[in-house]
Amino acid sequence: MTAVIGKAQSLRDAYGHALLELGEKDPLLVAMDADLSGSTRTILFGQKFPDRFFDVGVMEPTMMSIAAGLALQGRTVYASTFAVFAAGQAYNFVRQSICYNRANVKIVATHGGLLVGADGGTHQIVEDIGLMRGLPGMTVIVPADAPTTRAATFAVAERDGPAYVRLTRENLPTVTDGSFQIGKAAELRSGSDLTIVAVGALVARALEVAEELAKVGVSTRVLDFASVKPFDEPALLRAARETGALLVLEEHSVLTGVGALVASTTSENYPVPVRRVGVPDVFGESGEPWALLDRFGMSKERIRNEAWELLRLRGKVQ
Amino acid sequence: MPESTPAELIRSLESTAREIRQEVIRMTYAAQSGHPGGSLSVTDLVTALVFHELKIDPARIDWPDRDRLVLSKGHASPALYAALALRGFLPREELASFRQLGSRLQGHVDRTKLPCIEASTGCLGQGIGMAVGMALDARLRGAPYRTYAILGDGECQAGPTWEALMAGGHYRLSNLVAILDRNGLETDGSTESIMGIEPIAEKFRAFRYHTVEIDGHDFSQILGALAEARRTTEGPTAIIARTVKGKGVSFMEGKYQYHGKPPNKAEAEQALAELARGSEARP
Repeated sequence: MTAVIGKAQSLRDAYGHALLELGEKDPLLVAMDADLSGSTRTILFGQKFPDRFFDVGVMEPTMMSIAAGLALQGRTVYASTFAVFAAGQAYNFVRQSICYNRANVKIVATHGGLLVGADGGTHQIVEDIGLMRGLPGMTVIVPADAPTTRAATFAVAERDGPAYVRLTRENLPTVTDGSFQIGKAAELRSGSDLTIVAVGALVARALEVAEELAKVGVSTRVLDFASVKPFDEPALLRAARETGALLVLEEHSVLTGVGALVASTTSENYPVPVRRVGVPDVFGESGEPWALLDRFGMSKERIRNEAWELLRLRGKVQ
Repeated sequence: MPESTPAELIRSLESTAREIRQEVIRMTYAAQSGHPGGSLSVTDLVTALVFHELKIDPARIDWPDRDRLVLSKGHASPALYAALALRGFLPREELASFRQLGSRLQGHVDRTKLPCIEASTGCLGQGIGMAVGMALDARLRGAPYRTYAILGDGECQAGPTWEALMAGGHYRLSNLVAILDRNGLETDGSTESIMGIEPIAEKFRAFRYHTVEIDGHDFSQILGALAEARRTTEGPTAIIARTVKGKGVSFMEGKYQYHGKPPNKAEAEQALAELARGSEARP
């Protein structure tokens, strides 16, 4: 099985339209934003349901506590802003008002990672997956494309409790059929020599590298790990057993992200060589979004090199 | 609550408050931790709310139209636990479990453990925001319930407190009452020497609150302010209640050192004796 890399689409548009549909279905649903409703696309909901939309201005921490207060009265609340504000600025409000209270708030954060681009390192949060996945009771989803974004927006509504969905500012190639399920990894490409576990913007790169490797006879499995928490441990350990080496790609700090999750899970259950490709322990900087991925160690060349290194470690190549 | 004349009502509330204060001492002594100073300062406000103002029913804790009380200064949990126990929301014996492993009575109030708590709080500056969310919910539903948030004065140094207050004023939430326990002291000393919050009434007014200043230990003033809040329809009300930290226990009154320090055995005995004498003085 081999996934096709389709045309690039906006994850934020997919979210905005899905949220609008949810608003039509659920008359109690409330959406919130913190002065970024055009960028996050919550404005689509706001224009249709002005009474149920609260743009609170630049007060991200309090957006989270107000969202929790609304949610505790039996509502599903979607709260959106950029990831650096949602996970960073508002962290302890997400922790106490939402997670500690088990409030049914769905944080859909746009502009995660380096692909924010020109705004620079202040706004390029590469720590959010780690922060959010460390919160008890939090569901964490990192969609790779628009169809998964749409499916995830609906899926978190069905699941009671807090959720964090991390979206990318840039349009991303469509790589899934949108059959996303919470707790399931999607095997986008089957393979037996090596597995690439990827999230978000790097899933398409994983497929590209896998295709190149196939041309020289290397069979690479690709897992889209959009459901970071809960995560598909059986699929991960199956990949460890069946392919013997794991390469993790994420547009996030390698210290606390999906690479750390994969390495700790496999080392406890089925140790195999793991390589983490992501952002090293540094802040980002201004630049063209895709050039930043190359600059900070997520180039296709680097991914290929890590793949070969893993194959060498497993004795599959000289 | 049985009908009673204002004088009878006030005597009854004063008597209840003394019982609650004794429980605060017993709980913090037994736990050898907790926050007696701010619990004693807020006791009369909590008593007026739980025993008079709030439409709540221990037999129906999930009654949709119940009034909501959010203790934004969640460290004053002993006062709220004791009031709720005396009002029938939990067994009075359970107060002995305060801060013990496995207890529903966490150091800071926790709704997931004790369902009659409306919002888990503790880290400051958050409860008031949750209260704003509740008041918005009532408005959206056209529900009659009102939301009351009790804030600490140290909490007024936190930026998000003002974010939330700004939102309450902006949305003109006349179903929201912010009650400030203005005891003047925080963990490290007096608020005005550490990071002054005065002129606090002017700040609330500037944030579009109908602002009432009262003696937070005078029940006729407390009830009057709460009634005034109910009559206020153009926006939220702020009640600035001037209180005494450690109120009712001579050696704790006005002492910031008892913000987060429990009484030892001798202190607990003296405190309970003083509070009991207060009961005798006013039968």
